[in-house]
Amino acid sequence: MDRSLKLLSFSAAMNVIASPLKPADVVPRPSGASVVEARGLGLTFKTNDGPVQALTDVNLSIGKGEFVSFIGPSGCGKTTFLRVIADLERPTAGTIHVNGMTPEQAREARAYGYVFQAAALYPWRTIEHNVALPLEIMGIGKAEREERIKRTLALVNLSGFEKKFPWQLSGGMQQRASIARALAFDADLLLMDEPFGALDEIVRDHLNEQLLQLWARTNKTICFVTHSIPEAVYLSTRIVVMSPRPGRVTDVIESTLPHERPLDIRETPEFLAIAHRVREGLRAGHSYD
Amino acid sequence: MRLRFAWQPVLALALLILASFFPSMTMGALDAEANPTATVQVPFDGTSTLISLLLAAGAILSLVRLPKTAEALILLVASFGAAWMLVSGISGAEGSALAPFFLKLAASWFLAWRAASVLSNLSPISASARTLLRLLVPALFGAWVLILWEAIVRGAGVPFILLPPPSAIGLRLVSSVPTLWADVNQTIFKSVIAGYVAGCGLGFGAAVLADRYGFLRRGLLPIGNMVSALPIIGVAPILVNLLGFDWQSKAAVVIVMTFFPMLVNTIAGLSASGHMERDLMRTYASNYWQTLLKLRLPAAMPFIFNALKINSTLALIGAIVAEFFGTPVVGMGFRISTEVGRMNIDMVWAEIAVAALVGSLFYGGLALAERAVTFWHPSVRGG
Amino acid sequence: MSAIAAPGAGTGLEPLGLWARLSSGRTLPVLSILLVLIAIWYVAAFSLNAPFQRRLDGESAPGGTLAFVERTLNQAKPTLPSPHQVAQNVLENTFLRKVTSNRSLVYHAGVTLSSTVLGFVLGTTLGILIAVGIVHVVTLERSLMPWIIASQTVPILAVAPMIIVVLAAVGITGLLPKALISTYLSFFPVTVGMVKGLRSPETNHLDLMHTYNASPAQTFWKLRLPASVPFLFASMKVAVAASLVGAIVGELPTGAVAGIGAKLLSGAYYSQTVDMWAALVAGSVVAALLVTLVGIASRVVERAMGARPA
Repeated sequence: MDRSLKLLSFSAAMNVIASPLKPADVVPRPSGASVVEARGLGLTFKTNDGPVQALTDVNLSIGKGEFVSFIGPSGCGKTTFLRVIADLERPTAGTIHVNGMTPEQAREARAYGYVFQAAALYPWRTIEHNVALPLEIMGIGKAEREERIKRTLALVNLSGFEKKFPWQLSGGMQQRASIARALAFDADLLLMDEPFGALDEIVRDHLNEQLLQLWARTNKTICFVTHSIPEAVYLSTRIVVMSPRPGRVTDVIESTLPHERPLDIRETPEFLAIAHRVREGLRAGHSYD
Repeated sequence: MRLRFAWQPVLALALLILASFFPSMTMGALDAEANPTATVQVPFDGTSTLISLLLAAGAILSLVRLPKTAEALILLVASFGAAWMLVSGISGAEGSALAPFFLKLAASWFLAWRAASVLSNLSPISASARTLLRLLVPALFGAWVLILWEAIVRGAGVPFILLPPPSAIGLRLVSSVPTLWADVNQTIFKSVIAGYVAGCGLGFGAAVLADRYGFLRRGLLPIGNMVSALPIIGVAPILVNLLGFDWQSKAAVVIVMTFFPMLVNTIAGLSASGHMERDLMRTYASNYWQTLLKLRLPAAMPFIFNALKINSTLALIGAIVAEFFGTPVVGMGFRISTEVGRMNIDMVWAEIAVAALVGSLFYGGLALAERAVTFWHPSVRGG
Repeated sequence: MSAIAAPGAGTGLEPLGLWARLSSGRTLPVLSILLVLIAIWYVAAFSLNAPFQRRLDGESAPGGTLAFVERTLNQAKPTLPSPHQVAQNVLENTFLRKVTSNRSLVYHAGVTLSSTVLGFVLGTTLGILIAVGIVHVVTLERSLMPWIIASQTVPILAVAPMIIVVLAAVGITGLLPKALISTYLSFFPVTVGMVKGLRSPETNHLDLMHTYNASPAQTFWKLRLPASVPFLFASMKVAVAASLVGAIVGELPTGAVAGIGAKLLSGAYYSQTVDMWAALVAGSVVAALLVTLVGIASRVVERAMGARPA
């Protein structure tokens, strides 16, 4: 705690704000090392009211072990971008690679775990059988299944609830079980779409803390969609600010917060400075409507 | 003494007072009074006053502020005791009942009604007591339907052909078990079971096929929806004509009747799983059959059981009505149509009672299976 | 999720051909399945009628195979009539006969329709009344509801002939006995639907009425009844179909005087298979008509009550 506070300095925070960052085309990384690599990505939905540009010209590169948050008002395409990575939507322009493969190939290689807004646990399966679901589909043997269930449930602090049905657990526990399900098959990439959006503030703080610990322990790459500024700043190594009509990236903010983050880091000036910059970015995206 | 007023006991008392203005409950008793020397058996000799006293006591006691359960118990004893005496007193003197008989019958019914309403408003803490009450109140209603039926038919002397009393139907049922069993064997164990299994199985298979091939689904679904509104029972004479009189033609009718409900419900059920759950399966790169087995079929189970339940009734109806158009000389539908022709109405009622029993057992079995399979569904777990 | 089932389908970038557009609608699939069914019907009609035709022709079979097929599909009393025979019979007996004629399908359909409608009206009224009672009186709910559910498991139609014959024995004949069977069959779905509908208002809305200190009658007229309308119409669609079935079955034991059921029975008795099929078609047309009428009424009422057009 003390050490992390010492690391903070007001001038560092000022530096972050002052650093001249251009939106959209920032952070070019070598594509070999990146987990997700998007170039000129666009997606247009055809609706009854005419075409809707959900994503336009998104250039982004996410490296291994990063925790990247996507933040923006509804309709900015943050969820759509996550779904494109997961091959749940097909882009209509540009290219995207996941682990150097197309999203479809990556999906078939079971390259990522996806956590939805709701837990989406199957009510007819117990918690352990829910975690076993992806393992069954991927054809993993019974002994190993049991070992992995044990390990991942311990990871999300749900040991002892194996035989419960989802509807017998609280919302927070259900969401933890769904994270365990996403972790069970050891994919290096975790895609999380507002996973704590439906939970109350206190539970959410608790799960945020646990998620950071889990990230530190497992060294996974996490893409995290949220509409909460404090959540995004608290969790991320990098924050991608997006804006709607058309959905696009307006700012990418590198976090200067230390790796180890207790909950009360959110009251430090450095944290507030980053939060301020995110808010500015969101406001800028809205300025013309 | 503090009182608690309820309209049923008060009305019952009023009816009893009204009844006391009449000299006698039956024509037989009237004759006996007019002709005291004759040694005929007089109905309600002595019990007439007893019935009135029992009912009056029950009604008055129930108005006193007693514990609810005590009140219900008193009301039940009074109403059933009076009803039993009324029904047993009138047997042997059918059709001779006068106004007081019906007034007292109504009075005891009102007391039973009050008992049912007291019991309905009880909310005991223990779960087993609640279950008992949930069974007791409808059982009371059922018992009183039978009592009123028996008492009115006997008291007013309704012609046997029009409506036999339940006791006569019960006797007929017991005395013709072999015939009834042969009918059940023919209709249920041959036609219904074969047709039900085949019809539901085919409907399910067609639904899975339709689910796999969108073209088939878009074509079959509107047809299935339309057919469910049609009087399909009309195919019965056609199929009997085509396939002969034995059980095969009945089974065919049952197949036609059960196929479409199963098809339509299963197709609806297979699209009942949520978007999120299906996206989840996609992120696992799960193939069609894995998604079907692990997600969409379990999610469709409530719909499939709905179809199974609808079909259990349709299957019985189909088989019985098809037998109206010709059978070997056995079967429930055959028995009903021939006994109606011979005016053996009690046998018809016995057959209907058996059909009702079989139908309820079938349905009850399905409901139990449904609870076991879809234990997770909010409607079953009560969430 | 169609965007997933067919990648790119939602994007509109893939040009849809005429065939794709037709088959993604409903018309083409429905038509092709109907065509297949008719083809199967022809094949079945031929194979079922052929043995009899062979015996009829004996040794001296005139003409070739084609003529044989033609004769087989046009027998006077076929085991299974072919579709065009049924269609011809329906058209003849609908449009070419006087409505008063005993052979007119319009006449028979009218007889059945009248008892269906009477039974449906009685059944719907009864169903609504029982539902109102069940929702407002606890005793009625506890005593009646289980029996109403149980009555669904009983093959009620088995009672039909008895009701007809018994009522005839005491001198009640004609429309009423059939209508009573229709009533019995149609009250159940209405009761169940209305109980659900009258209970459908949310707690919030009921609490609101409570804060106004509204009387039960006010709550009923201003909240419960309007909320139940969609449920009422949904169950009326089921009830009107059940009512028609009741009327048809009710006509079976009357000695086959008039009505679609009577037509079916007399067809079965005299092996007039074409007539039977035609009666079935007439019954189906009546059913479709009734369900459509209820559907139109429901749309009109719901639109007048401010529902969004579907």
